[in-house]
Amino acid sequence: MIFDKLKDEVNELLSRYPVKRSALLPLLYIAQREEGYVSEPAMKEIAKLLSLTPSQVYETVTFYSMYNLKPIGKFHVQVCRSLMCALVGSDNIVEWIQKNLNISSGQTTADRTFTLSVVECLGSCGTGPMMQVNDDYYERLTEEKVGQIFDDLKQKGSSSLKSGPFMFPQPTKS
Amino acid sequence: MAKYEKILLKNMEQPGYTGSLKEYEQTGGYQAFRKVCEGMAPSDIIETVKLSGLRGRGGAGFPTGVKWSFIPKDHPGPKYLCCNADESEPGTFKDRQLMERDPHQVLEGMAITCYTIGAETAYIYIRGEFWLGAKVLDQAIAEAKKAGYLGSNVLGTGKTINIFVHRGAGAYICGEETALLESLEGKRGKPRFKPPFPATHGLYQKPTVVNNVETLANIPHILNKGAAWFAAIGAPPKGTGTRIFCLSGHIKRPGNYEVPMGVTFREMIYEIGGGMRSDKPLKAFIPGGASAPFLTPEHLDVKMDFESLAMAGSMLGSGGITVMEEGTSMVWAALRLMEFFYHESCGKCTPCREGSSWLVQTLQRISRREGRMSDLDLLLDLCKSIEGRTVCAFGEAEVSPIVSTMRHWRSEYEELIREAEAAHPVKQEIPVLSQI
Ligand SMILES: Cc1cc2nc3c(=O)[nH]c(=O)nc-3n(C[C@H](O)[C@H](O)[C@H](O)COP(=O)(O)O)c2cc1C
Ligand code: FES
Repeated sequence: MIFDKLKDEVNELLSRYPVKRSALLPLLYIAQREEGYVSEPAMKEIAKLLSLTPSQVYETVTFYSMYNLKPIGKFHVQVCRSLMCALVGSDNIVEWIQKNLNISSGQTTADRTFTLSVVECLGSCGTGPMMQVNDDYYERLTEEKVGQIFDDLKQKGSSSLKSGPFMFPQPTKS
Repeated sequence: MAKYEKILLKNMEQPGYTGSLKEYEQTGGYQAFRKVCEGMAPSDIIETVKLSGLRGRGGAGFPTGVKWSFIPKDHPGPKYLCCNADESEPGTFKDRQLMERDPHQVLEGMAITCYTIGAETAYIYIRGEFWLGAKVLDQAIAEAKKAGYLGSNVLGTGKTINIFVHRGAGAYICGEETALLESLEGKRGKPRFKPPFPATHGLYQKPTVVNNVETLANIPHILNKGAAWFAAIGAPPKGTGTRIFCLSGHIKRPGNYEVPMGVTFREMIYEIGGGMRSDKPLKAFIPGGASAPFLTPEHLDVKMDFESLAMAGSMLGSGGITVMEEGTSMVWAALRLMEFFYHESCGKCTPCREGSSWLVQTLQRISRREGRMSDLDLLLDLCKSIEGRTVCAFGEAEVSPIVSTMRHWRSEYEELIREAEAAHPVKQEIPVLSQI
């Protein structure tokens, strides 16, 4: 049971909405945070919490692309392929990653470190090519930069090359 | 280069500005909300916003004050405000900056809007990937609550205003306001039929205002400096104020630039954006996000305001300008966007669900040099069967890259098809169904 030990968090969430079902997406995020993906037992548990049927939960979860219904690698690498990023070279980045991790989109490396997804626009089109790894954005990518990021992730679990609060172009003293 | 006064990006362009409550207050932050709470009548606030000429920055450009005035005044029971922070239109990345760099500007706009329409609860529906933005907003909300701007009895008025961040989960369509409401209710994000409109039947079927992040961020400034001040900026009377334009593609200086409405594309691309990134000349640009029809260098002197773009056969949309240099295949560009729309069609309306798949397959076939001349009519015919026949404006959006590139660069499509026909001559006419 995931939510037994998270009663406070769940109650706080439920208190935000006059209708319980609104807490569905947030609860699915918690399930994913705890287990790495949204499992069927978790969906059943959520259904119970919200007085829904398991199929109502399943129906909803399958609409959204950010929930993983199967376990994935430790780092979920999502590279944008949409037009604005493609104009500045995202296809090359995708190719480089596929070659270097030896997987194609939707696959996970044998050591379960990386899962690659080639995705549509992530709202950082002026700073492409870009990718998201787990929660963090990495922008203005080059092959060297991606290599560095992957090394950092493998060695330290995080990379200082991730974006902070977004502003582009950066402010300059005038 | 002309220097324009900024409204929304002014604070964050100060080096070192972090967007904390203290810094925001030092620049005059929450003064407008204080003024409002001293007893401004909601009808006066609505009148001010109407007179300012502010129109929605989310895409459709609906007059904000008018939208607010549709909320029934004497409605018993709850009303809601939803801030549309889904920012999912390819080419658009301004709301992210507004939220991550100056969150209180958005929160103050929301607090004033809640006060005006009588909403005690507001939700910021933020696209799921903007995890950092959600975190920044959560922190800012906690700060504002502690300072008495949010929570119960805000600034001693006896009113309650609570703002919650609600993360989406990766679906473009949830930027459409009624799909957003469905999603916020914990369902699949499928648009609703309109009417009824959210103003009367919105979140949980209660009166609801949905406004874009940038729209809401303008509100404090309008109340501080007055409707006349705002209405004099830009391209009055129909395009007042500034807009944050997002430059992307083959441009030297991509990024967010706030300029008064009515600046020309020529100035935007060549002066503000520094021109093309290489020595290849401009071939095409998209003026308002992926949903806006492509334009050509002939349109460079079109002004960036709602009316001028409508007259040029496109739209101001979300403010995302994507620049493409000579040598970019327009069939390829249309296909990339079409693949996006195909991926994001929510599946509710048959013309869009089935049509997007046909359009992608036909374009892919042409790109692979396996097309036929009749595919061109097929494409346009499909577009006609989608446009105007869907519950939401996604239908118009998804056909615009194809229709507009075929209008301006039809020969590129024909070229690919001629190559296909030369490589695989058609030996026998394909029989029409009725003849089999
Ligand atoms: C397919 C589609 C996607 C949309 N995506 C967004 C979006 O990401 N952000 C946004 O603010 N508005 C989006 N809109 C527009 C909203 O439906 C709505 O008009 C807007 O949020 C209203 O706010 P405003 O009046 O402040 O512009 C979208 C509309 C459609 C049809
Ligand atoms: S096109 Fe890649 S982030 Fe928008």
